[in-house]
Amino acid sequence: MTETLHQVYDAIREKAEQRRKVFRETPGPKIHIGMATCGIASGAVETKKAFEESLAELGLAAQIHTVGCIGHCYAEPVVIIEHPDSGFPPIFYHQVTPGKARMLTKLFLEEGDPRFEHVYGAVELNEMIPSVMEFPRFNQEKRIIMQKCGRIDPEDIYDYIAEGGYSALVRAFQRSPEEVIAEIRDSGLRGRGGAGFPTGRKWEMARQSAGSDKTVVCNADEGDPGAYMDRTLLESNPHQVLEGMIICAYAVGAKKGMVYVRAEYPLAVKLVTQAIRQAKEVKLLGKGILGTDIDLEIEVFQGSGAFVCGEETALIQSIEGKRGMPKHRPPYPVESGLRGLPTVINNVKTLATIPPILEQGAEWFRSIGTEKSPGTAVFSVVGSVLNPGLVEIPMGVTLRTLIFEICGGIPNKKKFKAVQIGGPSGGCLPEEFLDTPIDFDSLTQAGAMMGSGGMVVMDADTCVVDVSRYFLDFTQKESCGKCTFCRIGTWHLLDILKRITKGEGVEDDLLQLERLSEDIKNGSLCGLGKTAPNPVLTSLRYFREEYDAHVKEKRCPGMTCRTLTAYYIDLDRCARGCDICGGCCPVTAVFSTKNRKKAIDQSLCVKCGECLVACPPDYKAVVKISPPGLAPVIERPENPPESHE
Amino acid sequence: MDEAILAEEEAIHKDICSSLTDYEKNRGNLIPILQMIQQRHAYLSPDAIKTVAEHLNIPVCEVYGVATFYNQFRFNPPGRHPIRVCLGTACHVRAGDIILENFERKLGIREGETTADREFSVERVACVGCCALAPVAVVDEVVQGRMAPSKVEGLILRIRMKNERSGVRGSGSEVTSEKSDDNTNLEPLTSNPEPPFQKGAE
Ligand SMILES: Cc1cc2nc3c(=O)[nH]c(=O)nc-3n(C[C@H](O)[C@H](O)[C@H](O)COP(=O)(O)O)c2cc1C
Ligand code: FES
Repeated sequence: MTETLHQVYDAIREKAEQRRKVFRETPGPKIHIGMATCGIASGAVETKKAFEESLAELGLAAQIHTVGCIGHCYAEPVVIIEHPDSGFPPIFYHQVTPGKARMLTKLFLEEGDPRFEHVYGAVELNEMIPSVMEFPRFNQEKRIIMQKCGRIDPEDIYDYIAEGGYSALVRAFQRSPEEVIAEIRDSGLRGRGGAGFPTGRKWEMARQSAGSDKTVVCNADEGDPGAYMDRTLLESNPHQVLEGMIICAYAVGAKKGMVYVRAEYPLAVKLVTQAIRQAKEVKLLGKGILGTDIDLEIEVFQGSGAFVCGEETALIQSIEGKRGMPKHRPPYPVESGLRGLPTVINNVKTLATIPPILEQGAEWFRSIGTEKSPGTAVFSVVGSVLNPGLVEIPMGVTLRTLIFEICGGIPNKKKFKAVQIGGPSGGCLPEEFLDTPIDFDSLTQAGAMMGSGGMVVMDADTCVVDVSRYFLDFTQKESCGKCTFCRIGTWHLLDILKRITKGEGVEDDLLQLERLSEDIKNGSLCGLGKTAPNPVLTSLRYFREEYDAHVKEKRCPGMTCRTLTAYYIDLDRCARGCDICGGCCPVTAVFSTKNRKKAIDQSLCVKCGECLVACPPDYKAVVKISPPGLAPVIERPENPPESHE
Repeated sequence: MDEAILAEEEAIHKDICSSLTDYEKNRGNLIPILQMIQQRHAYLSPDAIKTVAEHLNIPVCEVYGVATFYNQFRFNPPGRHPIRVCLGTACHVRAGDIILENFERKLGIREGETTADREFSVERVACVGCCALAPVAVVDEVVQGRMAPSKVEGLILRIRMKNERSGVRGSGSEVTSEKSDDNTNLEPLTSNPEPPFQKGAE
């Protein structure tokens, strides 16, 4: 069996390497463009078109290689240009607009001038151009899960195989299922779906479940409204996930697989479906994988967008065509899952970690990260940081390193206030926790959670109460309604928070928030209800003074809650002739006073802040203030001296 | 007018009936069927829900119950120019709700609704995947990054002016503005002159 296995694999590998060789050895420049959703959203399609058109116009030959996302969302569209004839190493360009693309084609590809002012860095260390490897964002990351993301074409299985893809599968098939499970168990891998359940244990339980009609489900529901690493992974390297699934199916003895991916991720759906088809064509899926007698069929199920369907029992309900409502566990899905049969459910990132572990061994994996949480974690860091995007770091790195070194810290010299980790189920941590190492247990201890891996950095201008209200608004809408406390309790929590952010809070409210939160935690069946109060509880614990300011002084320290803030125009600073604020106001709340200076009609103002942004920096006349009562009252004159409406 | 709508509904009904034959009468197919209908016709009409219930031989309320449970399904036709405002975490922190409010105000409709002339609809979405450009709105499938309330009017106006020029039925709403010198090209605004990010911290 092993002989044919090797023969079949080597034949595919050879073909992949042949194709890679042709690509590499074709003379002329190579242009790698990141084309995952984030790249496309920033205009990568137009950029690609601009390259193609300008190449054609100038009669130049170059190969365009579309790749996935390398996680540097702040820099999209990202383009890497290899132009060996110019004598320069491969260069990383950021924010390549169509105009820049045309310019680079002309000046770099044709004339050999890399335009240093647009260069972000060279991809490799060299003497001529500072390398990106010298930036913390690049050299402090440790990539296992996303190692190939942004380097290979997700639409081409051979690109993955040329990088060593599917060789872990061959290794797995050479061992017994029990040995594979033992390797995963020894690696200490914990599920990346949020709860951190040991993957080896889960597989062991599934293996021991009776029957051969088992299913492996890849959970790509990713419901957190601000996290997108699962999608990026599926869009940038779907085959690594499929390889992990096949290994899992082999280990537990499953014949069916399913990728549960949101319908809102059309590109991910398309690329996974295509990847499955390609894998089947080369006999990496389907009947008799790689010439063995192992069978596996994988299909794609499109989730219809419900946060709770990320929960494993709800996910199963939804595949069965029902409302996605969680069920009581036990029985766990590994005993009785899809259609009552044993089902292993793993997160996308968990499955993508499997091939590297089998390739390099449990020992190697354990050497990364911390003792209790080996390996790496992927976060989508957004909010008030200079370089937002996807970051993969070894577990155990501190929040400070992640936020201030790797992601570049807070822009505009603002002060750090808090970081929200784990999305709607996570918590808000203040500055004191910046030295907390990032791993499952430390975060849980601090009151936050690994959760989805969403991370929002907040500066002094963000209101913690408002962010808690935001997450609660989300969980309240997404509660499936099965448990009373989750359904109605969250509604009341939200109601109290809404009142507080509107300045209608009373002192008793804070006590109510705490009590109700505890009740919701205790009275809910699934993780949604059990964790929904986390954002409120942690912010209450660490930012009590902000709540107090809202309740007692009717003041919003972050000046975000709109009912509690006001804008006014400082008449001493306003330059009388300038009409910019009036021009940009969406509700014509700005009027001219008697001496033609401007003022804001508080009864019309919707507090969008547009005038504050628009007012020329020389004047800086628009002032934001909380509580709103502090804004001076200026009456609108009866007969406007000049009408500009 | 009524006749035209009736004819359209009749055509939709026929199309749904014929595509349903591809699906086994199996409860597990309910969500894929609803997805297929929505993909072909952009929304689930009461008639579509009834037809599916009959096909799968389950009560109408069951189909309705499942369809309303999930965020993906919509029950009224979207506008010809759908506007989706991102209210993901990053966009919320950068005041995405103000953008949504501005669209609602300018169009005179609420989130989830369609203007009477079926020209525009406004929806909220969670994370479009370009948080670095927050706040974000997607107008006619084009991502508009770094939105500002003052860009809202311009975006709507451009579409209306384009329509007027190409003779499409008028806007039907009374929004007017003096700022008509707007550029009428709907290019992504992502390349606007925001200072490029710096390497390392400031
Ligand atoms: C409300 C809720 C939402 C969840 N959403 C997801 C999700 O989007 N993706 C995911 O992989 N796991 C999610 N989970 C966790 C899953 O229930 C399950 O633990 C996980 O998929 C197991 O995979 P793992 O062992 O690889 O972590 C969610 C759990 C809850 C309670
Ligand atoms: S939160 Fe709006 S694009 Fe991510």
